[in-house]
Amino acid sequence: MAEERKVEPPAELFPRKGRSPLQDALREFRRNKVAVGGTAFVLLVVVMAIIAPLITPYDFRTTNTNYTRTKPLTPYIVTTDHLPNCHWAGTPLEMGCTVFLAGSDALGRDLWSRTVYGTRVSLSVAVVAASVSLIIGIIYGTISGYAGGRVDNLMMRIVDFLYAVPVLVMVILMQVYFKALARQGATGFMGLLIRWNKAMGGMLFLFIALGALNWIGMARLARGQVLSYKQKEFIEAARAIGASNARIIFRHLLPNVIGPLLIAESLAIPGYIFTEAALSFIGLGVDPPTPSWGAMINEGYQGIRSNPHLVLVPGTALTLLTLAFNFMGDGLRDAFDPRLRGR
Amino acid sequence: MTKYIIRRLLLSIPVVFAMILATFVLIQALPGGPFDTVGERAMPEHMRMIMEQRYGLDKPLYEQFFLYLKRLARGDLGPMMRLPSQTVNDIVAQTFPVSFQLGILAVLLGFAIGIPAGIIAALKHNTLLDYIATFVAVLGVSIPNLVLGPLLILVFGVYLKWFPIAFWGADPPFILGLFPRPTAQFWHHAVLPTVTLGTGLSAVVARLTRAGLLEVLGEDYIRTARAKGLRERVVILRHALKNSLIPVATILGPLLAGILTGTFIVEQIFALNGMGRRFVNSVSEREYFLLTSLTLIYGVMLVLGNLMVDIMYAWLDPRIRYD
Repeated sequence: MAEERKVEPPAELFPRKGRSPLQDALREFRRNKVAVGGTAFVLLVVVMAIIAPLITPYDFRTTNTNYTRTKPLTPYIVTTDHLPNCHWAGTPLEMGCTVFLAGSDALGRDLWSRTVYGTRVSLSVAVVAASVSLIIGIIYGTISGYAGGRVDNLMMRIVDFLYAVPVLVMVILMQVYFKALARQGATGFMGLLIRWNKAMGGMLFLFIALGALNWIGMARLARGQVLSYKQKEFIEAARAIGASNARIIFRHLLPNVIGPLLIAESLAIPGYIFTEAALSFIGLGVDPPTPSWGAMINEGYQGIRSNPHLVLVPGTALTLLTLAFNFMGDGLRDAFDPRLRGR
Repeated sequence: MTKYIIRRLLLSIPVVFAMILATFVLIQALPGGPFDTVGERAMPEHMRMIMEQRYGLDKPLYEQFFLYLKRLARGDLGPMMRLPSQTVNDIVAQTFPVSFQLGILAVLLGFAIGIPAGIIAALKHNTLLDYIATFVAVLGVSIPNLVLGPLLILVFGVYLKWFPIAFWGADPPFILGLFPRPTAQFWHHAVLPTVTLGTGLSAVVARLTRAGLLEVLGEDYIRTARAKGLRERVVILRHALKNSLIPVATILGPLLAGILTGTFIVEQIFALNGMGRRFVNSVSEREYFLLTSLTLIYGVMLVLGNLMVDIMYAWLDPRIRYD
């Protein structure tokens, strides 16, 4: 029997492995050094938020009237008394000296640990508000775009009207309402929410307020995307072979629609962080003692002449985080923009 | 065009109406009222009821709102419940000009810096200048007012002592009710708040201008202009610029409304007597009429701002036509 020769098929029949648009975009993203740096910083902050108890020597809640408004990195001698009674009197440093890495605020709380725990607040706000607004926006926009006709018209009218509502007014109103409600207490469902909110240090209501008020842009985007994809042939083909509406939406439309929405949402994240800080600045954000950079700036602002670090430390943290998210969002947007390819 | 403007204005009346109705209802939904405390103590129940009766707060909501509208038709924005010696009109007359002046200055600064910066960045695309400009722009957008304000106060007000650290340089009465007397003191006080507000704005404008110009420069008619042999400066200034400003004009409407009616953060930091601060405080103080009237003013400014933006669209790009 003749030995079977292995015949190599000509190379053109098997082209090299193709690249999906996602991989293209990731390559573009990696080339953008600033965006990569921003993402790295965000990841660093996430890690810091998670391991916060490990990197903070003092609890962020403990007040201590002996240590109010200390300067950063200035050692304070600790005696063996249970209540540290420390004075910087020129005596040689003894073991167990109290040093606040970034100083302490007006109530004697460690500024460094408050800043580190503040990352938790800012990051949770960013993630939860973005997710809530994304989910509501996608649901609303997809229903509107897919249904079309009168339903679409009506839904868009509602959105146009809501668009005119000043977001800040509504957020402030909601926050004041929630805080007044929390003071009064309530039963049933609201009571449950109030208890949940208290357990989260005041963040739940803030999440609800922020997420529920920014979904309109997402809804419009989602509707636009759905409208443009609805007409394509593969949808028609799917319908022709009898796919149900739900299957078409989830399996075919959503994966294509979701890309620009994710990018738009990540570009909105710095806005959420800033809004949370601004609300905390005027006292309508998270409840004390939950550390929020905006609230810290508010507390420290009065004494800015003598203790600038009370404002500069949280301020720098806020700026750096916003900066990192901005770079990341810009990088994502540029990476997925086909017109900027191959610059 | 005039018909379009009139139609837009008429269409916006229901929107503004709904806005103030919603605000009026929502703030009354907040628990508590304006007369709950006298200083630190709770006000006795019967006194509270008398005070509320005086301002019509015991009537049903629709009746209260109707009375509000009746007063509005006369031009009366309502009484101040906690400051009986003043009316909402007085408060608006005191605070709106301050916010307005600050807002106009900030917008002018933003555009004066932003547009040239964006143009330069777009022209020197992909060079070091572009990267620096983009980086500075993102930086300007990222530093929040919360941080920039105190920072500027610290550096320029406290250490260098170049500028005063608080208050606005002009007090009422204002020229034409709106404009300040342009004294040296006014400009001196105006610098830090304007820079605080204007930096973020100029960063946004610079980015939008750069993006818009980059896109327009790739269009065919620019190529035609260059092929005709026109000088580069003419090509850019006369042909490219107007169209590239469309994204900038888009953000201008809501931005103008927001900034002109006061940014409460800057007003809080610099202790300015502006509308933003009043706005925020009116919610916790339960000043129903003040809040509703301020929302009304904000709504009107928003409508006018959006209308102005659309008219600017038509001017910027003659292909856009309204009928």
